[in-house]
Amino acid sequence: MSHLVIGPNWPARIALAGLSLVALVVAIALAVTVGEMPIPLSVAFRALGNGVFDLGYPVSAIQQGVIFEYRLSRALMAALCGGALALSGAILQALLRNPLAEPYILGVSAGASTGAVCVMILGFGGATLGLSGGAFLGSVAALVMVGLLAAGAGGASDRVILAGVAGSQLFNAATATIVTTMASAEQARGVMFWLLGNFGGVRWSDLWVAAPVALLGFLVCMVHAKALDAFAFGADAAASLGINVTRVRLVLLATTALLTATMVAIVGTVGFVGLVIPHAARFLVGPGHARLLPACLVIGAVFMILADVLSRILVPQQILPIGIVTALVGAPAFAFILYRARRPA
Amino acid sequence: MTLATHDVRWGAGGKLFVDGVSLNVEPNRVLGLIGPNGSGKSSLLRLLCRLRKVASGVVTLDGQDIAAVGRRDLARRLAFVEQQATTEIQLTVCDVVRLGRTPHRAAFASWSTEDERAVDAALARVGLTERHDQPWHTLSGGERQRVHIARALAQAPRELILDEPTNHLDIQHQLSILGLVRRLGVTCIVALHDLNLASLFCDRIGVLSAGRLVAAGLPEEVLTPALIREVFGVEVTIRLGANGHRHIDYLVDHEPGERP
Repeated sequence: MSHLVIGPNWPARIALAGLSLVALVVAIALAVTVGEMPIPLSVAFRALGNGVFDLGYPVSAIQQGVIFEYRLSRALMAALCGGALALSGAILQALLRNPLAEPYILGVSAGASTGAVCVMILGFGGATLGLSGGAFLGSVAALVMVGLLAAGAGGASDRVILAGVAGSQLFNAATATIVTTMASAEQARGVMFWLLGNFGGVRWSDLWVAAPVALLGFLVCMVHAKALDAFAFGADAAASLGINVTRVRLVLLATTALLTATMVAIVGTVGFVGLVIPHAARFLVGPGHARLLPACLVIGAVFMILADVLSRILVPQQILPIGIVTALVGAPAFAFILYRARRPA
Repeated sequence: MTLATHDVRWGAGGKLFVDGVSLNVEPNRVLGLIGPNGSGKSSLLRLLCRLRKVASGVVTLDGQDIAAVGRRDLARRLAFVEQQATTEIQLTVCDVVRLGRTPHRAAFASWSTEDERAVDAALARVGLTERHDQPWHTLSGGERQRVHIARALAQAPRELILDEPTNHLDIQHQLSILGLVRRLGVTCIVALHDLNLASLFCDRIGVLSAGRLVAAGLPEEVLTPALIREVFGVEVTIRLGANGHRHIDYLVDHEPGERP
């Protein structure tokens, strides 16, 4: 049986951490070697050595470029994105006490893309705000709107999902309106491709933004792991256990908004990862957040790297938007969760 | 000294649910709160454990304003059992009871042997030691309520507040839950619906009506036919029951056995 709290079981913790690292390394190795141009692992390692430590191994310039500037940055970004979205999903599911909560379904991703499009096409905020800043404001706006809608509808946890659906429809409509009326044909094509999720344009500079945000978000979530456990029986139960419900909600909702917005600004909206991964992780390590959150980070990262590999090889000569691949996996998983979450008659 | 309220008021949506209640709780005794639906029992309990902030007046714990007590300090002192709180998360009995240690543990503290002892002791006190690993969603209503009480006990409280803990339970479980509460030996404030159970298990009774405390005192002083008529709108007679306890008989219009 799974338990909410971990005993002082260091060997098990170290073994789990090691296993996670191995899974990540294998996934990344796969991601840098598989593709249109298959590259042997040994070459990949040499290219890595050249890129990081400037070791001067003889690697062709094309292979060096493909591995270091294209596939490795792409794989690392996929890892950060998958981990961050899975983390956000786990947080939202715990805070809202709804197994279907996640950034995509609650409209947080839609809000972020509206915010990003406002910056990209309408030029709001200019250089000071930036794409990520616009996405963050958009995702906060979406969270606030969905929260108000849900509270207005009685605040029950199933209302949150309905409010989220309404919110994401609204923000998607706003995005579509801006794109169709204000953007040039070329801009529109670019935005639509980006909206479906796409790791194609990822550069190392994106990683320097995404990695600190993901790390910071993870640390903030881990500090609140025990508080999240206390939400199992609702907000009043958490408050009576000494949790400052208002502060925890505010901090963690802002963190999920920041995580989601950062990823949306770089790779576009990717659905279902935030929904499916926390459930898979709960199945593996149990409901206690001290273990669930790291598990979400690792499983989300590995899942997204593999999904990205699939998106590159599923259709020859073409790269599918990553959102399509995650949806292909996620939609059936969503149906399964709905089925399991049904109340007995 | 323990909990007391001084002229507290609380409302929501323009309606006053608690209207000027002053109440003294006696240490290590069971205080029952009775009153019709919507009379403010649940609201008053939530004010007592600071889940809601009073609009006016003050709630004190050992003479100190409860609003000035730290949230975690309060949770180590005072525990709350909600009416039928449930979860969709797959938890076991001991997972739930362990939540009671939350206010005693720092953010990254490991699970200590003291925590483990508190959990085991709490489970033993509610008679569920053997159910340690049973999944929450397979428990009956009465067992769930016992687990919640065990979770509350794991907080090591000196005050325990229970909101209609016997709701929707069959009579055997109602009696066993209230018997358990009575034996705990901590200060208990419990909202109840059943007047006979209240008079049987409570040392003192407070009667709420439309947010006001209309009577408080020993059961035999408070539960009179006149008061029950006034507050609940029901005619009763009171007699001594088989075991020497007072028993409230509800007077209804039809003859026994006759279909109304």
